[in-house]
Amino acid sequence: MLFLKIFQILLFIGLVGGTFYFAFKKFKEIYDNIMMGQAEKINSTLGFRIKSMLLIAFGQKKMFKLTFAALLHLVIYVSFCITQIELLEIFIDGLTGSHRIIYHAVENIPFLHTLYLVVINFIEILSLLTFFVTIIFILRRTTFKVERFQKPELKGWPWKDALLILAFELTLITFIFLMNGADSALHIKEHGEGYGFFLSSAIGGMLQSLPSGLLQALERIGWWGHLCMVMGFILYLPYSKHLHILLAFPNTFFTRPEPKGEIHNMPAIQHEVQSMIDPSFVVPASDGEVKFGAKDVYDLSWKNLLDAYTCTECGRCTAACPANQTGKKLSPRKIMMDTRDRMEEIAACKKEHGPEFVDNKSLLGDYITGEELRACTTCNACVEECPVNISPLSIIIELRRNLIMEASDSPAEWNNIFANLENNQAPWQFSPNDRLNWTEELN
Amino acid sequence: MQYKVPVVSELVAEGKTPDVIFWIGCAGSFDQRAQRVTIAFTKILNQLNINFAVLGTEEACTGDPARRAGNEFVFQMLAQQNIATLNGYGIKKIITTCPHCFNTIKNEYPALGGLYEVVHHSTYLQQLINDGQLKVEGGTFKGKRITYHDSCYLGRANEIYEAPRAVIEALDADLVEINKSKKNGLCCGAGGAQMFKEDEPGNKRINVERTEQLTEVYPDVIAVACPFCNTMITDGVKGENKQDDIKVLDIAEMVAQANNY
Repeated sequence: MLFLKIFQILLFIGLVGGTFYFAFKKFKEIYDNIMMGQAEKINSTLGFRIKSMLLIAFGQKKMFKLTFAALLHLVIYVSFCITQIELLEIFIDGLTGSHRIIYHAVENIPFLHTLYLVVINFIEILSLLTFFVTIIFILRRTTFKVERFQKPELKGWPWKDALLILAFELTLITFIFLMNGADSALHIKEHGEGYGFFLSSAIGGMLQSLPSGLLQALERIGWWGHLCMVMGFILYLPYSKHLHILLAFPNTFFTRPEPKGEIHNMPAIQHEVQSMIDPSFVVPASDGEVKFGAKDVYDLSWKNLLDAYTCTECGRCTAACPANQTGKKLSPRKIMMDTRDRMEEIAACKKEHGPEFVDNKSLLGDYITGEELRACTTCNACVEECPVNISPLSIIIELRRNLIMEASDSPAEWNNIFANLENNQAPWQFSPNDRLNWTEELN
Repeated sequence: MQYKVPVVSELVAEGKTPDVIFWIGCAGSFDQRAQRVTIAFTKILNQLNINFAVLGTEEACTGDPARRAGNEFVFQMLAQQNIATLNGYGIKKIITTCPHCFNTIKNEYPALGGLYEVVHHSTYLQQLINDGQLKVEGGTFKGKRITYHDSCYLGRANEIYEAPRAVIEALDADLVEINKSKKNGLCCGAGGAQMFKEDEPGNKRINVERTEQLTEVYPDVIAVACPFCNTMITDGVKGENKQDDIKVLDIAEMVAQANNY
């Protein structure tokens, strides 16, 4: 028995240590990918940042624009958070070879004992609810075909990713109840009653006719199965849209405080134009090379890239987009997914061919087309909708800038308004001298 | 009443300074439909003896469509020219009937050295009503079903949702909200320089979609507060052949009409 115990402790340390090693490597890679973006200063106070994070990420405020989806999501979210308490006990048990160490530690302290029972019961009830919610989530994608989950950008891997994680959840919960059910059955056999966990005691009652050896084996399968799912989840997270469970917090923390209507200034072009108007103006050396918007992910800001990794592909942006609603190619969700995919592609390329390697692809052109970008009305519906304060519009504008100023890829009508604006300071072909013609009809 | 439109350069030459500039915008200056809004608002300013002036031929496009299309050079040229003009006259306060001009001057000119108090006419009218300076009688709008279409650049962009509604309510009208309003309002389809080009390939025009949402509540009037929304929704209503039953009016026109200005 002692051998088995030591073997299990070593296996636990190996499994957890290995998981954290590989997960850390991948998370570091994501951090490096985000940092390949341009510098951007977020002009907000610490108070604003904390408030945004608490309200939007922690408090899920914007999720509740869709009440039903928000309530379903809330069950999983609360369940996920509170389950960490039981996971703590599992970790201590795994490291020390103990069994339900917290339970035994508080068994004879009435207040803490009750608290422990309340917490575990709460976890079990939430886990059961999560089980059903997960099934509803699967049905929403596969059977009820909620429209925003049927868009072309979800075909292939994103579709599998979503269903895979839901299947993960079902398996994980099954292992929890197998673990606690078999454990409760053993406890009933020994003490005549369960631990005091309603749900698993009920399962234990059904299982108690099984032989003790089999129940011990089932408890171990449940315990290790649960642990493996948790470790698998940690490893899988950085490859999946489910990264939002972590990145929603920094992403809302770094919410841009400006009014949504404000498009950020380009000081280098400002200075260049200033020097044309006023020849005595000296362009500051700090401007460096003038950039014409973004052609690839390197040209975007780190906040745009963090946005992309935070996106969980819920598609509320796309459902609210006027262009998408009227059949245009633009989908704000696709903009975020493309940005993320392009970062991953670059990282994979550099891993294979060395850090200096540059492929001949780019975000603009190979992933996102001019047609998509030109369909945007800059209405901010996508920005307003996003439950974690992502701005697809910010990326769209940067790419449009490149399309117009670098690639000179502009529809003829826009070239006309640019010419009119330059020549007569109005988008139409009217002379500035006619600006007050309307006054003729005033009296 | 003989309505007047003082021009800043002339006022300054006479040694006077206006309290506010009425920024008319390109649509308000040149678009026939929007000109009527400009006229209505000018009448209100006259009736209330507001010490205002316009830039006249010195006003240039704010650069909104250029910046949003992606042409930062053209934006910078226009913006810097406007700021030089405004700062040259020492202008402190600007009122405009265009949410796009409002957004650009208020949010984007400060980075270029243009710092002004910028007020959209919906907020300005609301303030005048609240102060008791502007008295409105319901008149023709009393009891009428009116729905309001949120302009993106007033609403989501600058979170002005209540001011235009307060003006409509002051007209004793029956303000009916559609499902997709305020933060959830659908764009009219004109923003981001879309006004000036054909739609990308799709299966519907955005203004048609939006107009359908608005006409669903059988309004007598669709109220707007943006010259571009005005054009788009007017086209949409015509497309539905409902122009005889449903009027598309700017809130300034409604106030002027109600008061027989």
